[in-house]
Amino acid sequence: MVNFEPTDEQRLLQQTLAAFSRETIRPQARPADEADAVPDALVSASWALGLVSDTVPERHGGHGSPRSALTGALMLEELAYGSLGITLHLLAPRLVTIPLVALGTEAQQARWLPRFAGDRFVAGTAALIEPRWDFDPTNLSTRAERAGSDWVIEGHKTFVPLATEAEVFLVYAQTAEGPGAFLVEAGTAGLQVEEREKTMGIKALATYALRLDGVRVPAANRLGGEATSAQPLIDAARVASAAAAVGVARAAFDYAREYAKERKAFGVAIARKQAIAFMLSNMAIEIDAMRLLAWEAAWRLDRGLPATREAWLARQYAADQTLRICDNALQVLGGHGYIRDHLVELFLRDARGFAAIDGLAIV
Amino acid sequence: MIDFELSEAIQQTRRMTHMVAEQMMRPISREYDEREHEKPMEFLETMWNVSKGATMTGGDGGEGERARRDPAERTLGMVVAVEELCWGDVGLYLSIPNPGLGGAAVAAAGTPEQKQRFLARFKEGKPKWGAMAITEPHCGSDTSAITTTAVRDGDHWVLNGTKIFCTSGLMAAEKSDGFVVVWATLDRSAGRAGIRAFVVDAGTPGMHVTKVESKLGIRASDTATIVFEDCRIPLDNILGSPEVKKTSHGFKGAMATFDATRPIVAASAIGVARAALDFVKATLEEQGIAVRYGAPLQRLTALERDVIDMEAQVQAARLLVWRAAWMIDRGLHNNLEASMAKAKAGLVVTQVTQKAVELLGPLGYSRRYLLEKWMRDAKISDIYEGTQQINQLIVARRILGYSSEELR
Repeated sequence: MVNFEPTDEQRLLQQTLAAFSRETIRPQARPADEADAVPDALVSASWALGLVSDTVPERHGGHGSPRSALTGALMLEELAYGSLGITLHLLAPRLVTIPLVALGTEAQQARWLPRFAGDRFVAGTAALIEPRWDFDPTNLSTRAERAGSDWVIEGHKTFVPLATEAEVFLVYAQTAEGPGAFLVEAGTAGLQVEEREKTMGIKALATYALRLDGVRVPAANRLGGEATSAQPLIDAARVASAAAAVGVARAAFDYAREYAKERKAFGVAIARKQAIAFMLSNMAIEIDAMRLLAWEAAWRLDRGLPATREAWLARQYAADQTLRICDNALQVLGGHGYIRDHLVELFLRDARGFAAIDGLAIV
Repeated sequence: MIDFELSEAIQQTRRMTHMVAEQMMRPISREYDEREHEKPMEFLETMWNVSKGATMTGGDGGEGERARRDPAERTLGMVVAVEELCWGDVGLYLSIPNPGLGGAAVAAAGTPEQKQRFLARFKEGKPKWGAMAITEPHCGSDTSAITTTAVRDGDHWVLNGTKIFCTSGLMAAEKSDGFVVVWATLDRSAGRAGIRAFVVDAGTPGMHVTKVESKLGIRASDTATIVFEDCRIPLDNILGSPEVKKTSHGFKGAMATFDATRPIVAASAIGVARAALDFVKATLEEQGIAVRYGAPLQRLTALERDVIDMEAQVQAARLLVWRAAWMIDRGLHNNLEASMAKAKAGLVVTQVTQKAVELLGPLGYSRRYLLEKWMRDAKISDIYEGTQQINQLIVARRILGYSSEELR
């Protein structure tokens, strides 16, 4: 039965994260962007929230909430509202834990999950994106070939979050039967972390190029076992992009709205001019529209329904709208929007990422 | 818990209304677009007999309707049904005999006695129509500028003025035993606070239809000019209190009708948009062209990008409509969300149908197919029941916390 109301538990989570996002993440948004780094103290402070350990089942030492893409979407929106770059850093280990819970065998979960449920931040990451203009997660250039009882992975990845400190990499590679995902421990021979990527936005998140030069892993490291497709994870990554985009769009919208109510022209607040007011009303409508599309795709994932089309539409819609909303938000501030004293130019640079890349988060 | 699955009852409604749309509406769709000002009486009587005027507007449809629908999902069921019917033909849908927007006003602002007196007739006898008369030659969105007057004279109100653009006005005022809800001012100096809605029964002396418009689209639906000349109606035909006070809620009550009707009108827009989208997709399929969902954007053709964008736009608008309807069913105040849904759906249907005509080239422009008609039908969705701009204004006021004085 159709319902647009989150559960009480989800609402409580939203409130908690909204407060954390506003009070703890947002004040660091600008400094982290300028410094190209997330402060260690913030990473530690966030650990207590259980953002990662909550994905790990109790039997593996975590808090064990059942996986819910919808709850993940709600979380991402709230956190990304504070700062996208910081959020993607804090949630990076989920790039390993969520796929393990979603598709991993019991043995794989027992082997790789417990380390993410400890009392401190342990980095895990995913290597999905490739340095190609027409990067396609369903048709990867990185190849995994079977060699006896092992898989041998060859390829080149980019935008791999926290690659220098990650203990576990979930590497996406093309197999004979489509995209698969492989668990690779840091330090495995042939796994070379290359230089840090320099990006237009999402600068707080450290991402790296990664070369896989004949990386050999046992068959037991293929996520989910033989022939398991990574498509559901690609869908979940797209839903994550869409949900995070809602958070960034809302951040830009709120910023522009507050500015427009303060800033005066011709004797009144510019928000009282229809030219400005209608830009804001359009933003509000599109934020709700993209949120509902993201929710619907997440709901399909949770229901186990086919979600590839919906996840992609939601992601595409969110990418387009977020970019436009951030651009308009900057326009509302006029020249001030172009100055780094205000956050809207940062939101715009961050928003551009959604149209270019997926795979930095998952739900 | 967030859930997007329609209940079995609504899915059943959707299947039934889709059958009506496909088998009864589509076959006569072109004919009654061409034969403007004529009514497909056989279709209308059939619809009357199956529905006996179950309201399209969330009003009091009586026991029969209540029994058929779970009240917890009544409006949601209605928007789903309206989308299907308008996928069939929005002009024909608007012509279906029922209490219409006038009925919605009675349901929203009438007393129990008034609801009985005016709405019970839609459950029996011959087909009847209800209509709403708000717009005047010199005012549309600015309803506070209404000049039609209501003056008390003994046991009657006397109405004088001219109303235009009344959907089903001819059928409601002169061709059936229906009624017209007329917005008029009790006191022009009081502005909005002086405006009330009055119910005028069909055939009341002094009420005349003087013109039926010829239109770009929705030609199966009559759009009437109604003139009131010393039109006398009983005192208890006023909706709400006759007292004019600055704090009066009479006007707000009347405006609240829109919160209930906008999601329905928005749903009709979704139906037209989907008709166009389905036609484009079916044509591509016939030509063996597959849309590659999930492929890198850079690899997609412009055609694929357009189709994907249209699909996302339609679904986004649909979900906004469902939410606005769901809020009504939950008893939540949905003024903001109803206007969001209406603004989005009105724009989406206009853009999607225009894009569809563009994509199919000569096939889109030819009257051999229905696509050009849907483009013409679509445009009204962004105008009636509140234009794009007035809905944007409502959304803007609400998100900014401004009154209508602060943001004009």
